Amino acid sequence: MTQRPLIAFAAGAIALATTLAAAPAHAGKTLDAVKQRGAVKCGVTNGVAGFSAPDTQGNWSGLDVDSCRAIAAAVLGDAKKVEFVPLNSQQRFAALQAGEVDILARNTTWNLTRDASLGLNFTTINYYDGQGFLVPKKIKVTSAKQLKGATICTQSGTTNEKNVADWSKAQGIPVKTVVFESFEASFKAFFAGRCQAFTTDTSALAGLRNKEAPNPDDYVILPELISKEPLAPAVKRGDDEWFAIAKWVPNALIEAEEVGITQANIDELKGSSKDPAQQRLLGTGDDLGKLLGLDKEWSYRAIKAVGNYGEIFERNVGPKSVLKLPRGANNLWNKGGLLYALPVR
Amino acid sequence: MSRAARRGAAPRLALPAGLQVLLGVALVAGLLWLARGLPGVAGFWRWAHAHFDFLAQPAGFGLSEGWLAFDSGEPFWRAFLAGLVNTLRAAVPAAVLAVLLGTLIGIGRLAPHRLVRGICTAYVETLRNVPLLVQLLMLYFALTQLLPDSTEPLRILPGVWLSKGGLAMPWPVAEEGAFWPSRLDWPEATSFNVVGGAALSPEYLAIVLGLGLYTAAFVGEIVRAGILSVSAGQKLAARALGLVPGQELRLVVLPQALRVIVPALTNQLLSLTKNSSLAVAVGYPELVSVANTSLNSTGKAFECIAIVMAVYLTLSLLISAAMDVYNARVALRGWSS
Repeated sequence: MTQRPLIAFAAGAIALATTLAAAPAHAGKTLDAVKQRGAVKCGVTNGVAGFSAPDTQGNWSGLDVDSCRAIAAAVLGDAKKVEFVPLNSQQRFAALQAGEVDILARNTTWNLTRDASLGLNFTTINYYDGQGFLVPKKIKVTSAKQLKGATICTQSGTTNEKNVADWSKAQGIPVKTVVFESFEASFKAFFAGRCQAFTTDTSALAGLRNKEAPNPDDYVILPELISKEPLAPAVKRGDDEWFAIAKWVPNALIEAEEVGITQANIDELKGSSKDPAQQRLLGTGDDLGKLLGLDKEWSYRAIKAVGNYGEIFERNVGPKSVLKLPRGANNLWNKGGLLYALPVR
Repeated sequence: MSRAARRGAAPRLALPAGLQVLLGVALVAGLLWLARGLPGVAGFWRWAHAHFDFLAQPAGFGLSEGWLAFDSGEPFWRAFLAGLVNTLRAAVPAAVLAVLLGTLIGIGRLAPHRLVRGICTAYVETLRNVPLLVQLLMLYFALTQLLPDSTEPLRILPGVWLSKGGLAMPWPVAEEGAFWPSRLDWPEATSFNVVGGAALSPEYLAIVLGLGLYTAAFVGEIVRAGILSVSAGQKLAARALGLVPGQELRLVVLPQALRVIVPALTNQLLSLTKNSSLAVAVGYPELVSVANTSLNSTGKAFECIAIVMAVYLTLSLLISAAMDVYNARVALRGWSS
């Protein structure tokens, strides 16, 4: 009778040891798996307006969603062949590591810790963001420096939570952060008045203010940005072929904007263009696709399906969308922004 | 029969099963530590070090409240410790509430008065059949909606303010470097919220009330079953002796009912402690919340979850050990089961 707990403990220890000893899954060929499945599995948010959110019919749209659709179009020839897997911020990296998703496009900040320690490779920045604060107008705060002693709501497990701590320390402005597991609970608590400020990436702040606030005019986004948040999709490490595809499809979309190929003029240009840079993207020039394990028209299909980067931006987060975000840092390098496509040649 | 009974009767030095497991683990860990120079064992410590050395790095995030002061520059292990303290800070008052309220409800369900019985039955059936997470979120959002705005806090007493920031009150604080508190820190209303003093936040109130009220429904059922397990003859005998109903309950029924109640109550206290992990949903910074943030900023998912598992396992074993001791005291002498 007294033996039993010890036996149970021993059994537990053995079970634990077995789990630890199990080797990570083999680095399979993601491309083959995707072709066989006939769909790209894409890890997205549970719903962040402009980046990845389902509509009432369950159709996903957003900047991150289009990143996945472009890859599906390039690889499988159909932008609809994407299986969206909603992940919360705690699940996202584990899901990618476990191979549950082929690509993680979930407004995720690219930083050293994540890049070096999570067994993943970030592909290409698809949105240059920064963290800011949303406050109710009635507390009469016009600068983040006035937030001394304030309670700030945010989501747990994000870079936002740590940025606030860093900022508070560096600026000598003591604040209290209340963190919630779900994004939804965090902004609901803010709009209920629990916190004097809400913090996350400014792109998401704009979406919250315009879509979730009881009255958008009662809220204001403070001018200060307290961090750099380069958002990028990521793939699992150990499959360089898939990494190359996930890296070059977004580069092709940016280059398409640089050389003036749009969803509207792509078919016309395909027949008429004499510009070698355009021809390479249209699939009428050098065959670059085969170097990626794809066919000649990979980039043509991606651009035709979702448009060039500028069009993706306009549609999802730009002036025509609910977020109404300015192009700012996300403009092309030769138009005052930071986007610079690696040459597709 | 008598031999079996004697063998079954617990020897005086018997340790509760929970403690045996914990001591076993401590013993194994101690042996591994002593033998750390041996080739195979050294590998284990290298492995443990490689996986858990992040605990010594600065955490880089803050905690909104807690008994153990925590600053973002302090290491992860201290964040976990502060999280554990916060778990206990929520679970202990919730357990007290659950046992007190549950006992009243259990007795109330057997009350001769119909209205009392009806209210207690309605309470049990409602709270027991709605998921705890839903109740917590309801309670939390009700609290944050109903409380007065932080810009216009309600002054209940001098120095006591009620607002969406919670219930703020004066709190003794120590001067820099001193250990014992020497002065009171008074909360003050600033232009947009109440600062200073100590505050019972809406998150804390939601988790304590939510856990306490929910578990009370189960405790009520256990108490009721315990009371019903006492044979009617005992109650009749008590009345024949001339005991009034209060005495009957206190002197005859409850001492016998406790034998049935305590083991089942142990389970409820275990569930309550583990359920406190749901506090992460309402923004209370307990152990799971700390682990969530840590695993995200370090990517050490397995390690953080393993720590949480180990802590809950230890807590549960300690609780069952304590309840074992208590159970041995209330069990009928000379009986063993």
